[in-house]
Amino acid sequence: MSRSSRSAEPRAMDPRQAHGHDRGDRVPHASLKGYLTGFVLAAILTAIPFWLVMDHVVHDKDVTILIILALGAAQIVVHMVFFLHMNTTSENGWNMLALIFTLVLVVIVLGASIWVMYNENANMMPMSPQYAHRKTSW
Amino acid sequence: MNTTAGETVKSAAPAFYCTEEPHPQNGALLGFWIYLMSDCFIFAALFACNAVLGGSYAAGPSAKDVVDLPGLAINTALLLLSSVTFGVAMLAMAKDRGRATLAWLAVAGVLAAGFVGLEIREFIHMVAEGAGPDRSAFLSSFFTLVGTHGLHVTFGIIWLITLMVQVGKYGLTADNRRRLNCLGMFWHFLDLIWVGVFSFVYLVGVLR
Repeated sequence: MSRSSRSAEPRAMDPRQAHGHDRGDRVPHASLKGYLTGFVLAAILTAIPFWLVMDHVVHDKDVTILIILALGAAQIVVHMVFFLHMNTTSENGWNMLALIFTLVLVVIVLGASIWVMYNENANMMPMSPQYAHRKTSW
Repeated sequence: MNTTAGETVKSAAPAFYCTEEPHPQNGALLGFWIYLMSDCFIFAALFACNAVLGGSYAAGPSAKDVVDLPGLAINTALLLLSSVTFGVAMLAMAKDRGRATLAWLAVAGVLAAGFVGLEIREFIHMVAEGAGPDRSAFLSSFFTLVGTHGLHVTFGIIWLITLMVQVGKYGLTADNRRRLNCLGMFWHFLDLIWVGVFSFVYLVGVLR
């Protein structure tokens, strides 16, 4: 469906032709089918992690966490493709370039923070015993 | 004599500038996309904070004690539906149906307002229980991240109402279409961030 709507609008390919009559509403290949597909996929990808947590389906906590994070990442891709209409050709690829740049920096910020702070915590002085028991006693 | 010589030199000289301005198809949309990417950094920093401080309960409540999972599911559904409804409004706009566009925008706005309302209710409930942002590092990072997202949605609703008034007054002009497209990106982007919030902060928070 993306191909057909693209070829139906040849002026979008030529910046000089788009010059005069730019209505500012060219969202590439937006369609009701696309939104509904995105909605169904997002709903499924949302329902599974809720089900995993609420019904304690998987007994291993770490496995559950990994599944939730993987499904979250998949859902973010679904939102990008079906709702934000990301592709490698929109705005001559500048959208994708900005996104990749952001992703690289976000990975550095998140990964390095978690890594550094985890080691910081692990190397802290041990907690004094009179406070240690309160941590779990809420 | 001099002028002709000057002109020939001028025409033969290499041009170091574009004779025709390179005209982006839609500079506003690309610019707004770059704003959204910078907004990503704000959220990335807050997510990093939550990842680091999420286990520092200071003998206070943990995520397990404060998270209401059914309420969270309703909230998530409201925001997702709002995102899809906004998309339908954009489709109506592409077909030049002004009234349908306004109607769908109103539905999207009401759904988002429901989301913000439920979130405020959750916050008030938590503060009343003594689980306010001043209780522990975990709760500080929780309120900052979720609150920043909620504030974005709130401003999105204000922007939506502004544009609905604009469209009602002037119709689907080129300017209004461009603004609605930008707001649409903002709207879908906030739903995307919410995926990270409910997955990582709430569901993983409950587990750890």
